Amino acid sequence: MQDLLYFLQQLINGLTIGSTYALIAIGYTMVYGIIGMINFAHGEIYMIGAYTALIAITGLAALGIAWLPLILIVALVCAMIVSSSMGWAVERVAYRPVRGRHRLIPLISAIGMSIFLQNYVHLAQGSRNIGFPALIEGGFRFGSADSFQTSISYMQITIFITTLICMTLLSLFISRSRIGRACRAVSQDLGMASLLGIDTNRIISATFVIGAALAAVAGLLLGMYYGSIDPLFGFIAGLKAFTAAVLGGIGSIPGAMLGGLILGVAESMTSGYLSGEYKDVVSFGLLILILLFKPTGLLGKPEVEKI
Amino acid sequence: MLEVQNLSMRFGGLLAVDQVSLDVQEHEIVSIIGPNGAGKTTVFNCMSGFYKPTGGKILFEGNEVQGKPDFRISRLGMVRTFQHVRLFNRMTVVENLLVAQHRHLNTNLISGLLKTPGYRERERKSLDRASYWLDRVGLLDLANRDAGNLAYGQQRRLEIARCMVTEPKLLMLDEPAAGLNPAETRDLNLLIVSLKEDYNVSVVLIEHDMSLVMDISDRINVINQGRPLASGTPDEIRHNDDVIKAYLGEA
Amino acid sequence: MAAHNLKHALFCAIITLIIAYPILGFNLVASGTNIILEGATTQTVISVLLAAVVVFLFQLFRDNIMALLGKAPALNPLANRQPMEQSRRLKLESTILTLIIIGALIWPFFVSRGSVDLATLVLIYIMLALGLNVVVGLAGLLDLGYVAFYAVGAYTFALLSQYYGVSFWFALPIGALLAATFGLVLGFPVLRLRGDYLAIVTLGFGEIIRILLNNMTSLTGGPNGIGGIPDPTLFGMEFGRRVKEEGNTSFHETFGIAYSSEHKIIFLYLIALVLAVITALVIRRLMRMPVGRAWEALREDEIAARSLGLSRTSVKLSAFTIGAFFAGFAGTVFASKQGFISPESFVFLESAIVLAIVVLGGMGSQLGVILAAIAVTILPELAREFSEYRMLIFGAAMVLMMVWRPQGLMPMRRIHIELEKQE
Repeated sequence: MQDLLYFLQQLINGLTIGSTYALIAIGYTMVYGIIGMINFAHGEIYMIGAYTALIAITGLAALGIAWLPLILIVALVCAMIVSSSMGWAVERVAYRPVRGRHRLIPLISAIGMSIFLQNYVHLAQGSRNIGFPALIEGGFRFGSADSFQTSISYMQITIFITTLICMTLLSLFISRSRIGRACRAVSQDLGMASLLGIDTNRIISATFVIGAALAAVAGLLLGMYYGSIDPLFGFIAGLKAFTAAVLGGIGSIPGAMLGGLILGVAESMTSGYLSGEYKDVVSFGLLILILLFKPTGLLGKPEVEKI
Repeated sequence: MLEVQNLSMRFGGLLAVDQVSLDVQEHEIVSIIGPNGAGKTTVFNCMSGFYKPTGGKILFEGNEVQGKPDFRISRLGMVRTFQHVRLFNRMTVVENLLVAQHRHLNTNLISGLLKTPGYRERERKSLDRASYWLDRVGLLDLANRDAGNLAYGQQRRLEIARCMVTEPKLLMLDEPAAGLNPAETRDLNLLIVSLKEDYNVSVVLIEHDMSLVMDISDRINVINQGRPLASGTPDEIRHNDDVIKAYLGEA
Repeated sequence: MAAHNLKHALFCAIITLIIAYPILGFNLVASGTNIILEGATTQTVISVLLAAVVVFLFQLFRDNIMALLGKAPALNPLANRQPMEQSRRLKLESTILTLIIIGALIWPFFVSRGSVDLATLVLIYIMLALGLNVVVGLAGLLDLGYVAFYAVGAYTFALLSQYYGVSFWFALPIGALLAATFGLVLGFPVLRLRGDYLAIVTLGFGEIIRILLNNMTSLTGGPNGIGGIPDPTLFGMEFGRRVKEEGNTSFHETFGIAYSSEHKIIFLYLIALVLAVITALVIRRLMRMPVGRAWEALREDEIAARSLGLSRTSVKLSAFTIGAFFAGFAGTVFASKQGFISPESFVFLESAIVLAIVVLGGMGSQLGVILAAIAVTILPELAREFSEYRMLIFGAAMVLMMVWRPQGLMPMRRIHIELEKQE
C-alpha cells in the first residue's frame, strides 16, 4: 500500500512538472514545424517570463494589493507581454536575417542569442537565486498508510488546470482562427503559402509570440512551484522542453504535450527511486536514445530525404 | 553489365516505381524517358543506393547491389550525376575532382602526415588525372575558381568530369541537358558519345531533350506512371503507339 | 511610405521599452526573507529611453540609412587591391609565422608571471579552437559538447596521477587518445543524425559527462574536484623548490641558478606553445590531405559526397575523433597548469566560448581561429571593468557575425593548386 502511494506521489509530481515542460515545448515545436530551426533561446524567454512575473508580484505587494486572483492575473499578463515582445524581437533581430541560410547558421545565431539573454538578465538582476513567493499554498492529503501520505497541492492543481486551459485555447486557435489556419499552411509549405498570398513573415512572428506567451505562463507556474529562480534556470528547462518536443515528435503539438508528460514522469520516477542527481542524466539519455532510434518521435511525421 | 529486374519502390501508399526492368550492356548508351513524375529519378535513386527498393533486383556485373549503401555502390564503378547540380560549392574546381578520387589515394593518415614518397606519387597522379579531365571539359583555366561561381553549363560539365575521375564503368546522368542552351547541348552530345567511344564507359541517361535522346541512345526505356511502357531502339520508340499516346496525352 | 514607417518605428520603439524597462528598470533585492523592488538608477532609465528613441529613429529612416550605407565608400582600403601573387604570399606568410613563433619563444622571459600564465591559457584555447575547427569549420558538424572531451583529457591526467602517479608526459598521449576514443564511441551512433539534432545530442552528452563527474564522488571527488596534479618535468627535472619524486632532480639545482617560481610558469607556457604549434601544423597538413578534402566535401554536399563513394560515417567519425583528440591534449595541459580541476571548469559555457572563437575567426580558417582565440581570451583581461559584460558581448557577437559575416572575420582561403596540361 505504501509503495503504491509513493508511486502515486511520484506520478503526480511528474505530471505537474511534465505539463509545464509541455507548455515550453510548444514553442520549440511550433517554430521547428514552421521554419525548421531549433530556437535555442526559447528557454531564456521562459526565464524572462518568470522574472517579469516576479517583478510584477513584488511590485503589487509594494503597492499593498493582496487579492490573490488579481496578483496572479496581473503577473501572468505582464509576463506574457514581456516574453512575447522578447520572442518577437529575437526572431526579428537574430533569426529573420539568417533565415534560409545553411542550417548551422541560424542555430549558432540562436545559441548566441541564448547566451546574450542569460547575461542580460544576469547583469540586470544579479546571478544569485531569488526566492519566488509561493502564493498558492496548501493542498489535499489522502491515502494515509502508516507513515506515508500522498498529497496533491493546490499549486499542482493550478498547474494542471492552467496547462489544460492553455492547450485547449491553443488547439482552438490553431484549428479555428485565420492565423491558425495560415500557420498550418506555412508549416506545410512555406514557399507555396507565400505564393498564395499569406504574409509568411507575419505568421512566423505570430508563432514566436504564441510560443513565448506559453513559455511565460510556464515561467510563472514553475517559479511559484520551485520557489526560486536564477538567470540560468531557463537553459536546463529549455533543454528538457526541447527533449519533450523531440520525444513527442518535433513539429507536432499533441506530441509536445505527450512528450512533456512522459519526460516529467520519467524524471520524477528517477528522483523518487534512484537519485535526484541523475534525473538530468535520464532525460538527456532519453533524448539521445530517441534521436538515435526514432528521430521522428512518437507522433512526428517521417521526413523523406530529398535528392 | 547492369540488369534491373522488376524494380519496385513504394513510399507509404504511393507506388512510385512498379516492376521496372532494364538492362545495360557494355559499351552502350541506354536512355530512360517518360513524362514528369513518371519515377525516372526514383529508379536512379534505387540504382545508386540512396533508396532501398521495396521489390526487385539490381545486378551489377552479376552481383546483387540493391539495398547496399550508396558509397559502396559507387565504389563498384556506378557513379551518377544529379538533376539539380550538386557540386562542393565552396571548394575549388580542382578540389572537387580531388575529392572524387579519394579511393585512389586511400592512404592512412601517417603516410600523409609524413608525406612519404608513395603518398606524393599518388597525389601527383590524381592531380594529373584531374587536370586531364578539366582540359577535356574545357575548365582547366578555371581550376582554382570556387565551383559555386561557375556558370551553369560549366557546373554541369564539372559534375560529369567529377564522375569520370573516379574511372567508372557505368555513368548515370540525370537530365544532363536541363538548362543548357542549344550549343551547350550539342557539346554535351559529343561528350557523352566520346565517353562511350573513347573511355569505354556505359551510360544510363534520363533526359527530356528528345533530339539528344534519339541522337545518341542505343536503346530507350519509356516509363509512365512508374510502370514500364515500352523499350527498344530509338526508331522503335519513335513509332510506338503507346509512347505517342502517353506523350500526346500528357501534352 | 513615411506613414507606414512611422507606425512600424513606433511599434519597434514600444517593443524596445517592453523588453528593456521591466528587466532593467526594476531590481529585485532580497531583504531578509522578503524580496523588495527597487527602481534602477536614473542613468539606467535614461539609457533605456534613449535606446527606444534610437530604435525609433533608425526604423523611421531605415530606408535612407540603408541607402547611405550602401553608397558609403568601402571602409577597407585594401578591399580593391589585387590579390598578391601566390608564391610571394606564401613566402610572406611563412616569414610572418616564423617571426611570430620566435617572438613567442623569447617573449615570456621579459614579462610578468601573470602575463605568461594568461598566455598559457590562450594557447590552451588555441588548441581547443583548432580542434573544434576541424569538427565545425571543416566537417560542418556542430558539436556543442566539445568540452566533454576536454574534461576527459583533464580528468585522465588528474586520475592517473592521483591513483598511479603517472607523470605529465605519459598522461599527455593517454589523455588525448582516451578523449579520441570517447569521440569515436560517441560519434559512431550519433553522426548519422542531421546537423541540428547532432548539436543537441552532443550538448546532452557534454552535460551527462559533467553530471557524472559531479556525482561519482568516490572516484572524482565530485564538486570538490581533484587537486595536487603534478607539474610537468623536463627530463626528470622538477620545477618545485624541493624534489617530490624519488629519483628526480630539481631544475634550479641542476643548472646552479636560484630557485624561481617563474621557471615553472615559463616551462608550462613553452610546452603549451610547442603543443599548440604541433596541433596547428598537424591540422594544416590534414586539411590538405584527402581526408581533409573529404571533410569539406561532406560539409558542402553530403549526398554528392556519398554518390562519389565517400562513406559518411567514416569521414565524419575521423573529424570527430581528431577534434576530440586535440581537446584531450588541451585538457591534459589545462590540468597541469591549474594543478586542480573540478567539474565547474567543464560547463556548457566553455563549449560555447570555444565555438564563439571558431565562429568569430572564420570557420575553417586556422589563422582566423588563432587570432580570435587570442582576442577572446585577452580582451576581457585588458578591460577588466568590462569583464562582466564578456559573455553578453560574446552572445551578441555570435548573432551579429551570423547575420553580417557568417564566414568569419578571416574567412578560409582556398589553396591554389597549379596544374599542368595533360596529354
